[in-house]
Amino acid sequence: MQKSVMSRLWVFAVWAVIGLFLVNLMGLIASVVTSSVATRWLGTWLPAGFTTRWYFAAWDEFQLDDVLWVTFQAVGAVVVLSGLLGVPAAYALARREFPAKRAVMLLLLLPLLVPPITYGIPLATVLYKAGLGGTLTGVILANLVPTVPFVVLVMIPFIEQIDPRTEAAARVFGANIFQMFVHVLVPMLMPGVLAALLLVLVRTIGMFELTFLVSGPGSQTLVVALYYAVFASGVRAVQSIDAMAVLYMATTLVWLIIALRFVNPTQIVGRGKRSVT
Amino acid sequence: MSAVIERRAEGPTLRQRLAARGLDGATLLVLPCVALILGLFIYPFLYGLVLSFEPKDGSLFGNYVRFFSEPFLYGTIVKTLRLAFPVTLLNLLIAIPIAFRVRLLRRQRLLTTLLVLPITLGTVLVAEGMLFYFGPQGWFNRALMAVGLLSTPVSVLNGYWGVFISLVLTGFPFTFLLTLSYVTGIDPSLENAAATLGAGPAARFREIFLPLLVPGLAITFCLSFVQAYSVLPSAVLVGDPANATRVISIAAYQAAFEEYDYSMASAIAMIMGAVQLLVVVAALGCRSLFYRGPAAGAKG
Repeated sequence: MQKSVMSRLWVFAVWAVIGLFLVNLMGLIASVVTSSVATRWLGTWLPAGFTTRWYFAAWDEFQLDDVLWVTFQAVGAVVVLSGLLGVPAAYALARREFPAKRAVMLLLLLPLLVPPITYGIPLATVLYKAGLGGTLTGVILANLVPTVPFVVLVMIPFIEQIDPRTEAAARVFGANIFQMFVHVLVPMLMPGVLAALLLVLVRTIGMFELTFLVSGPGSQTLVVALYYAVFASGVRAVQSIDAMAVLYMATTLVWLIIALRFVNPTQIVGRGKRSVT
Repeated sequence: MSAVIERRAEGPTLRQRLAARGLDGATLLVLPCVALILGLFIYPFLYGLVLSFEPKDGSLFGNYVRFFSEPFLYGTIVKTLRLAFPVTLLNLLIAIPIAFRVRLLRRQRLLTTLLVLPITLGTVLVAEGMLFYFGPQGWFNRALMAVGLLSTPVSVLNGYWGVFISLVLTGFPFTFLLTLSYVTGIDPSLENAAATLGAGPAARFREIFLPLLVPGLAITFCLSFVQAYSVLPSAVLVGDPANATRVISIAAYQAAFEEYDYSMASAIAMIMGAVQLLVVVAALGCRSLFYRGPAAGAKG
């Protein structure tokens, strides 16, 4: 096919925009990483020298061992609970036709359509009234609100792919619903469950708004601690904040890379909408 | 034994009748999940709604009257929309041509993976990086000065443009990936048919793709708008939170956690939700003006 000058220019412009975006993004990330290992970096292209001491400084200053432990507990609990609540619910919604099904689906879509900060404020108010504000339990409960519906919506297409006769056979041979789940469904659904839970993991590590509104001094996750560090910067060396940012980046990236082995990137934003091939 | 026979004679049991309507043990599995959403989403929302009508001064609409009479408060709506609208539109306008280009690539995975990065890094990290990268001594200004495009460093931080850029950086990947999944969902044979009939690229886009894409783009617009609309971290960290980028979420946060006026904070949250809902309804309403139907070819 013959290409005109205009269409060549157009293709070039499109690639230029992609390039510009990626260059700036990478520059941004690289400058955080460079700064975190810099001894002194003022008014030059590259810092005067390199050191790893900011990582140790950040570790002590921000009590990162506590913060990481809280993050680990909160994220772990959210992942397990949203799996336990979401997968059975997805099964019921995928297999049964019942009167209130449309209402239930709408109910599950709402937390994904309303921005977290909007429902986070009333939710934080209720949790503080109940004495759960500022606690780890409160952080976990708040984070379940978007993750459980997310798991349900991602799992429904996975369950629909499984032949219902498999379950019927298990029931004929006398398995009750619990046994059928453990021995038949969960093994078959494992890839889908893993994908959904890894996405929950990445989203929960990065979930700023809800954790920010609900957490207290002893229940900050890494992303909230990072926000406070940047917010109150000036007191501390920039490099140790950057070191913390790099640690945060590393925790997310590891899981993201694992997640991408199982899922198509469009699924992360597609919110369970099956990508059409 | 006779009881069983008697029951059979009466007809199906309650359990059987429920099962026929789709209600059995498996259906009950949906209950814990529904209970969670009712308890942690619907109840707080209703609680907040009721609370917003119980202001400190005792009147019914005190909070709402206060919000719409103080420029410092009602101005936040305009400031939020002035950020969220252009950012969402710009992201969508860049995303469409790029999605059309990337659709033709064999190896999309690397590019899409790179684009997922900012989504998972989140707004806090992007804002943190921007403070450095776009700063007066940052690489951005240095590079532009080195190639001679600038004579003095340009300052984008601590103002409208800082937040704008951070929202584009975190929001564009989201918009792009959604757009890409809609674009790849259109059957290529439709385009081929149009090309065979002599339609040029512009005509193919206008006559074939655009009508099919509009429903998806409306949804993409809504979801991206929701993301851009609730800017809190970037508006505080790289913006001017006292003035130019005092968005509505900052007002709500300050009412709740600095003035400890939960009633006012709930009222602001409700106003925030209402404004967002209006935009979403308007966007979805525009959609219905266009073609609705399958995006796949009519025959296999």
